[in-house]
Amino acid sequence: MTASFLGQDYLEIRDLTVDFDGFKAVNSVDLTFLQGRLHFLIGPNGAGKTTVVDALTGLVHGTGRAEFRGRDLLGMKSHKIVRLGVGRTFQTATVFEQLSVLQNLDIAAGLHRRAGSLLLARGKTPAKVEEALETIGLTTLANRPAGVLAHGQRQWLEVGMLLVQDASVMFLDETVAGMSTEEREETGELLQRIAGDRTIVIIEHDMEFMRRYADFVTVLHAGTVLAEGTVAEIQADPQVQTVYLGTVTEVAADA
Amino acid sequence: MTAPDAPKTASRFTPARLFSSYGALVAIGLVALVLLVWAPGSLSAFRLGNLGKYCAWAIAAVGIGLAWGRGGMLVMGQGVFFGIGGYAMAMHMKLEAAGPGGVPDFMTLYGNGTMPGWWEPFRSGPFTLAVIVLGPAIVSFILGYGILKRRVKGAYFAILTQALAVAFATLLISTIKQTGGFNGLNTFSTFFGQNLYDPQVKENIYLITAGLLVFFLVVVWQLYRSRYGELLVATRDAEERVRFLGYDPANIKLVAFVAAAVMASVGGAMFVPIAGIISPSNVDAAASIMLLAGVALGGRSSLLGPALGALAVGYGQSALSEKYPTQWTYFQGALFILVMLFLPAGIASIWPKLKALVPTKRSASPGGVGIEAEVEADAGAVAPV
Amino acid sequence: MRELLTPFLTGTASGAILLLAALGLTLTFGQMGVINMANGEFLMAGAYVAYLTQQVITSTGLSIIVAIPAAFLVAGLLGLLLEVTIIQFMYKRPLDTLLATVGVALVLQQLARDLFGAQGDPVKPPTWLRGNISVFGYHWPHRQLFTIVLALAALGALSSVLKYSSFGRRIRATVQNRELAETLGISTRSVDRMTFFLGSGLAGVGGVAIALISGTNPTLGTVYIIPAFLVVVAGGVGQIKGTVIAAFAVGIITAYLTDWTSGSMSQVIVFALVVIFLQVRPQGLFTVRTRSLA
Repeated sequence: MTASFLGQDYLEIRDLTVDFDGFKAVNSVDLTFLQGRLHFLIGPNGAGKTTVVDALTGLVHGTGRAEFRGRDLLGMKSHKIVRLGVGRTFQTATVFEQLSVLQNLDIAAGLHRRAGSLLLARGKTPAKVEEALETIGLTTLANRPAGVLAHGQRQWLEVGMLLVQDASVMFLDETVAGMSTEEREETGELLQRIAGDRTIVIIEHDMEFMRRYADFVTVLHAGTVLAEGTVAEIQADPQVQTVYLGTVTEVAADA
Repeated sequence: MTAPDAPKTASRFTPARLFSSYGALVAIGLVALVLLVWAPGSLSAFRLGNLGKYCAWAIAAVGIGLAWGRGGMLVMGQGVFFGIGGYAMAMHMKLEAAGPGGVPDFMTLYGNGTMPGWWEPFRSGPFTLAVIVLGPAIVSFILGYGILKRRVKGAYFAILTQALAVAFATLLISTIKQTGGFNGLNTFSTFFGQNLYDPQVKENIYLITAGLLVFFLVVVWQLYRSRYGELLVATRDAEERVRFLGYDPANIKLVAFVAAAVMASVGGAMFVPIAGIISPSNVDAAASIMLLAGVALGGRSSLLGPALGALAVGYGQSALSEKYPTQWTYFQGALFILVMLFLPAGIASIWPKLKALVPTKRSASPGGVGIEAEVEADAGAVAPV
Repeated sequence: MRELLTPFLTGTASGAILLLAALGLTLTFGQMGVINMANGEFLMAGAYVAYLTQQVITSTGLSIIVAIPAAFLVAGLLGLLLEVTIIQFMYKRPLDTLLATVGVALVLQQLARDLFGAQGDPVKPPTWLRGNISVFGYHWPHRQLFTIVLALAALGALSSVLKYSSFGRRIRATVQNRELAETLGISTRSVDRMTFFLGSGLAGVGGVAIALISGTNPTLGTVYIIPAFLVVVAGGVGQIKGTVIAAFAVGIITAYLTDWTSGSMSQVIVFALVVIFLQVRPQGLFTVRTRSLA
């Protein structure tokens, strides 16, 4: 890990291991996520991508060290990790379908509110929420129930929820899966827009999307880091080609 | 067990409408008018007393609606908290009847006439009132903290609360010298110095009870429209998702659980001067289930459903058990089966269903209103969790 | 020695009854997520079958022999009826099944009251169950020993059905992955029904054992349902091994506590112990650890 730090915020993972009753889903992984760049985690099914994120967000137990702002995330409770500024999305977009887009964002924005203020009804829409609505392009749909949103819009809402909860590290699990080409483009641009002062980690299967937007790529295979580098470096890596059972062109054409 | 998946099953209320409108407050006002103005003027003292008893149950039911309907916690042991309030009040009234320095009659009857030390503070009215509010809050907090923090939920939670009710009733029955055992506590003479046989006092006690019911309805109205109310529903529908928004779902549920316990306790406390008795059969597992019946019937997640359901079930029970004592159990059993099978969101869900059947002008109009109506219709077809 | 041994023996016997009551619960809860609060009334049904067979067959020995399979069949059919008429419509709503079955329990209790009276009826044990055996000076009633033998025999039968029969394999497949089992051509609907039949039938057998010890009673089910559920919760849902250990543990611990304090105090303490136990193991004694969140 010799990459120069683009920003001062970073998440440093050393020797992360997740053991499922003897099966090491993640085996001694070292990773450094830096501020300001779109970091893609790729790898075949079962490579341990989601498990890495699960371990970093307190969903599964992992050993090793994951340092963020002087704190070790491993062993912390999920909601405390979020309060520290590390947020995530799930493979299946989970928004509160009964609540409006605005309410979804408002709930997400509330984690630092004082308990007493929760007992009041919402008055004016918080500025942070307005801003996020603008960023994710859902302003006109603010009062619709989240349940009626299209698939892509839901994913954006999830990103918006991460924005309002002040997540400086965002783990996005297969956000563009199932999106149309235009939606993918919009998502990519959205992510580039918000990447500036944030650390964004994207788990992705879509190689085309990765090629277009990735600043940095880590390839996981069988629970270990297979290769790291820029898109070009990854595509040239013979090991990566073997893992994906094909040539560079096939990798590019969506593995 | 804890999939962070989206809420698959919808609930019938649409928060956007409910939270934004003051219509619900008008409905509470109507209930208040009927209970506080119409009833005292029109009902006989006997009927009014009965209605007061149902109001006491309804107060507990409002809390159950909060915990179960909005929080998804099936509380099957609310009798315990009903009992804490009820017994605290009964102990105070028993000591009032015994007079200064006196010992409750049953202690001489069953024991050697000495009073256990922990009875002594209940001579004080303020202390008793504090216990009625703080007692259930402390007990439910400790219990809820232990259970909810460990992410015990769903059926586990329900079973544990019911086990609590069983244990509580058993404990009461076995401590005849301290709590009156199976017979409970009865034969009171005064309520905070007021003669219980005075019709005006009786009416006042009724008015306090009905007033408290209206008060708690306003409290949950505010809770339901608050950010906390939204968060509670969100936690009920997708607990794990809420966790990943940085909240501890256990704390959110704990607030509802404690509030429900306090309401049950206040209900129990008001039950005593009206009914003139509190006994293990008012607080055991069967009594706790009886409290659930009204909530289920009225509509657990609606604002007024639990209270109105409890009033209806209370009325139904006395009306039926006067004429056919054994038949009531069949009715109660059938009520659970039929409501759960065909009307899981209670009677409160019939109205939106009817509205959804009739195409209104609103749904034809473009924009947000149309979508809202659509969702409402859609939600009407799906059962809540 | 005797003071320590007596609660152990009686506790083992009540643990055996708890086991028979809890096996059905853990099967249906584990497989379908259904909480059957009417299971206690299936125990009651079994007890009344024992009482009724004794009215028909005067030989107490023969009547008990007949009563066991008859109770299994009657309680099993009641369970099947419950599944077909109510539960199958509510699989997606476990908490609602809980309340609906509470309703069923109330109806069955009242039915028993109306049919047999509010007072219980005694069931005479056959001569070969009337004696005691001396264990270190304690006269242990044959009936308690019989209860244990009955429970272990039922457990053995259930385990071998689950392990060796094709029906058992289908049950286990459905428990582990319902969707996959369906795609493999298993009719999970009929598996659910059979499980319900089996689990309820076991409760019926437990009812015969209860009848021999304490006779029949319309409210007999309410006494056992909560302890049986605590056993399921402590043992780990769907875990037969856990249920067996938890049943005997709850039975024996309750017996000791009853000996040291009182019957009612022991209930309170056992409840507290289960809550404390869940602090340590929220999922019970045994759980299947999987990677998936679901």
